[in-house]
Amino acid sequence: MRTVVFIAPTMIALLLAVGMLRESGLLNWIAEAVRPVAQKVGFPAELVPMGLLRPVSGSGASAILLGIYEDHGADSFLAKCASVVAGSTETTFYAVTMYYSAAGITKIRHTLFSALLADFTAIVLSVVTVSLLLP
Amino acid sequence: MAYVFGGMIALSFVFSLINGTAEGLSQGIMDSASGAVTLLISISGMLCMWSGFMRIMKDSGLIDKLSRLCAPILRRLYPDVDAESEAFRYISMNISANLLGLGNAATPLGLKAMQELKKQHPSEVASDSMLTFVLMNTASIQLLPTTVAALRKSYGSEHPFDILLCVWLTSAAALTAGLISAKLLSRRRKWRSSSRLSSRRCVSTGFLKG
Repeated sequence: MRTVVFIAPTMIALLLAVGMLRESGLLNWIAEAVRPVAQKVGFPAELVPMGLLRPVSGSGASAILLGIYEDHGADSFLAKCASVVAGSTETTFYAVTMYYSAAGITKIRHTLFSALLADFTAIVLSVVTVSLLLP
Repeated sequence: MAYVFGGMIALSFVFSLINGTAEGLSQGIMDSASGAVTLLISISGMLCMWSGFMRIMKDSGLIDKLSRLCAPILRRLYPDVDAESEAFRYISMNISANLLGLGNAATPLGLKAMQELKKQHPSEVASDSMLTFVLMNTASIQLLPTTVAALRKSYGSEHPFDILLCVWLTSAAALTAGLISAKLLSRRRKWRSSSRLSSRRCVSTGFLKG
């Protein structure tokens, strides 16, 4: 119980920041901005919002995942890629915040960079592995 | 960490002003604040339940067995954590729970592990072991992605588990990328701070003046 009280302020700050980020439309705007770049390198544009939202908000990412299932079918290429992303990543910001605040750590050094690099790797590789292994 | 939150909040504030979504923003603030409290209450329930379970597992000796199974790999990943320590035990329990897909059990164990790591490294700066541990928890390392498979099944997939190999490869590669980048970055920083120290030493001893 003491742990919960201890992590509460930081968790509330995180969820507030994430909620604001989503409501302000900034995430959508970034997704729109990245889309043409993604299309140029042959990366499916439908996965861009998934990749952006996944580290920030678990429920937001599942909403996108279900949207892809609905629009393209659960056995489509896109659905498989999105499922791999969902299965091989976590809600990075949430985990980082919770674990560090439980230990009273305020200087997290390069944790966020490495964690987001891992997420980025996962998103790129989801497309690569699915197109190689599940034609 | 305060900078990250501050940056996120400031960015969304500015953007909503430019974009004219300020009304939605204030609604979002209210919703996420109350959502945060609800979430914390459910976390506390979960923590209470699992710390009871952990007691049982500890007394029955199950934990020692699991830990011994993971120890050879984990000892490499956490060179500065004593394999007999409480911290190491919680780390291995957290990793085993994650592998089994018991996310709800893994979280309280992970929080304990972080608190034990903090005891060994009493500072507000994250240690290398803490970094490795958090990275292993931000990369999903579960053996069976049951949630995703269940969702796919409910949307009419014929082989919901056909993505299994892809998930394994992807998460292993992602975790490796994260851990390697963390290793490289912490090595670079150590080198930088030690070179700064030695140059300062040179200055203080008057070595550089000559």
